[in-house]
Amino acid sequence: MPDFSYVRSEMLPEKAPPKSEVGIYGWLRTNLFSSVTNSILTVVALYFVVSLLRGVLPWAFSPTWGAESLSDCRGILHELGREGHFAGACWGVIRERWTQLLFGFYPIEALWRPLVAFILLGVAMAPVLFTSVPKKLLWFSAVFPFLCFWLIWGGSIWFPLAIFAGLLLAGVAFILVTRYSGSTLVGVIATMLVPVLWWIFFTDPVSSAVHFVLPISLEQVESQNIGGFLLAVLIGLTGVTLSLPLGVILALGRQSDLPLLKYSCVAFIEFIRGVPLITLLFVASTLLNYFMPPGTNFDLVLRVMIMVTLFASAYMAEVIRGGLAALPTGQYEAADSLGLNYWTAQRLIIMPQALKISIPGIVSTFIGLFKDTTLVGIVGLFDPILLSTNIRADQAWNGVLWELYGFIGLVFFIFCFSMSRYSMYLERKLATGHR
Amino acid sequence: MKKSAFLGTLTAATFAAGFATAGTLEDVKAADELKCGVATGLAGFAAADAAGVWQGFDVAVCRAVAAAVLGDGTKVKFVPTTGKTRFTALASGEIDMLARNTTWTFSRDVDLKFEFVGVNYYDGQGFMVPKALGVSSAKELDGATVCIQTGTTTELNLADFFRSNNISYEPVPIETNAEAQAQYLAGACDVYTTDASGLASTRATFENPADHAVLPEIISKEPLGPLVRHGDNQWGDIVRWTLNALITAEELGVTSANVGKTGMEAGKNPEVNRLLGTEGDLGAMLGLDKDWAARAIAVGGNYGEIFEKNIGEKTAIGIARGLNASWTDGGLIYSAPFR
Repeated sequence: MPDFSYVRSEMLPEKAPPKSEVGIYGWLRTNLFSSVTNSILTVVALYFVVSLLRGVLPWAFSPTWGAESLSDCRGILHELGREGHFAGACWGVIRERWTQLLFGFYPIEALWRPLVAFILLGVAMAPVLFTSVPKKLLWFSAVFPFLCFWLIWGGSIWFPLAIFAGLLLAGVAFILVTRYSGSTLVGVIATMLVPVLWWIFFTDPVSSAVHFVLPISLEQVESQNIGGFLLAVLIGLTGVTLSLPLGVILALGRQSDLPLLKYSCVAFIEFIRGVPLITLLFVASTLLNYFMPPGTNFDLVLRVMIMVTLFASAYMAEVIRGGLAALPTGQYEAADSLGLNYWTAQRLIIMPQALKISIPGIVSTFIGLFKDTTLVGIVGLFDPILLSTNIRADQAWNGVLWELYGFIGLVFFIFCFSMSRYSMYLERKLATGHR
Repeated sequence: MKKSAFLGTLTAATFAAGFATAGTLEDVKAADELKCGVATGLAGFAAADAAGVWQGFDVAVCRAVAAAVLGDGTKVKFVPTTGKTRFTALASGEIDMLARNTTWTFSRDVDLKFEFVGVNYYDGQGFMVPKALGVSSAKELDGATVCIQTGTTTELNLADFFRSNNISYEPVPIETNAEAQAQYLAGACDVYTTDASGLASTRATFENPADHAVLPEIISKEPLGPLVRHGDNQWGDIVRWTLNALITAEELGVTSANVGKTGMEAGKNPEVNRLLGTEGDLGAMLGLDKDWAARAIAVGGNYGEIFEKNIGEKTAIGIARGLNASWTDGGLIYSAPFR
């Protein structure tokens, strides 16, 4: 065998890729200057970004953190030789009022309560949001709303616990009545009746009796002192957690074969979607006052929460109906052929897929809902925007505009951006490959 | 004996409560708290400070009433109301009185069934222009762009004024005072029009207030005052005479500093004595005790002190007394006599 060959017998070492394809140069070329049009667009965009930053950055970097008033800020900037309407931001207002923007008029000495509630919120949400967290924590998630209510509003701990006991009673009633009567329908009726009777007749006396024996209470904080982002988060969170189950029920009801159920769901959804949120808020704040007997003190924050939840659940119902409609009929038929009944089929086959499809829509509704909480200002609740008006009514800060809006916008962005990031994480995790 | 007297009192009180249907005074006393509707934030008139305590010219009226009725100027629950919710809040009983720089007009008094108990500030709509515009009278504003808050009476007043003077204008609709400031300073409009008190507080925030002038024309009457619901005259009287007590106190020289002293020993001036309850029994006629007016004055001072503290010339807002001077100084602030 000759010791030569006509083709190369060994592999050549890999050559380094051409300079134009790697490193910064390559990145720039592929991402920014891949064609003439793109190059022009890049240059134009860069021009806009740079000129925007040139306007904003000098304004934002202004040593006015310690200022006590707007004229103080102007004095500081004047000494630095910076003059004019946009000489610099006046950050003193944020230093003096940031607690108000975040918590409203919540008593300063009790600020630890919303903070603890916020940290516990993270603990309560973890098992719902992430699969790696032990499922036993879900018990805490169930108790959390009542704990949160107690921490924020104060009063006796036994009152929220008594309300929670009503839910436990409902569960016990369902198990017992179903077992002894043998009929699920009777069980369901008992489940609805027992907690309502408990809440109407027993909650107050029982909680005050236990409180008398073992008084554990926090100082009460009135609803009207709750404001700023605390209020926005409270309303948003209530709306988010309650509108999802309500939306699922409404969406299923709309697809139901029972005409009464179907048309009442359709009427509800179409009515709520047909009126603006502002109208509902006005109904909550003014109209309800005329209907209720004089002297009843039905908390305005609670009324607004109910209205926001109803509003969000109508939208949620339609988003979920979209998910249901996107499922092929085969999935329903497969469930039927397995002999699953309606609820089991919904729980195991239909809903997991329908909800997965609707994740982007659901999260969009959540984000929209959270931002809509700024509308509650028109009924006199101190959302962050109305608080900024109030802060400007202090003559020391009258005239400060962009600093406050910038701060509020930044906090809203942090909340909304993390929600949208989480939704993308969830989509990636649940992607089981339909494409 | 003691027990039966107690029971008798209790019965009488029960009957009294039964007869005086829906008495606001009883409600306020029972709640031990005055629910007072205020603005959500208006410079000088109502605003919560850094500690969350409400301050301002309208707020002071609420505190005076609370002091007169409950004996403590801090027993007030301030209910922030917007321009859209204020009247329903009062009509539905959510608040006991409204002190939210509300203009006293015929339709509000008669048609909406409220009772304005007096005037605590005489305002009027004015114009502010940059001095560079070279305008010295509103009648020279032909063709000007005007920043104006939509949905308020200022809009209608403006239209009336320009039409009756046969000149034209171009409105720039804005929603809030803050927006108006920004638009006006950015030059989006030549003129900003709103109540003169608002113009004064806005102008005071400018970097160079001297570059801007408030024109001499005041084109509307805006008597601002506290109001209550129709139908409870006793409560209306209490709020009216608390306001009158503040006004009379200024006229008679009773201040928060000397009210305790003058009240102790009956002074020489019989009206001061009647006001402070050292003579006569005016408090009982209102259903209050003798010292009601003294307490109302002690909490924030007389009308003049309240004015100077919140919106007067020494504050950053710097409004001169003008029409709001006591009648003895040539103003319109005038109270019926305490007799």
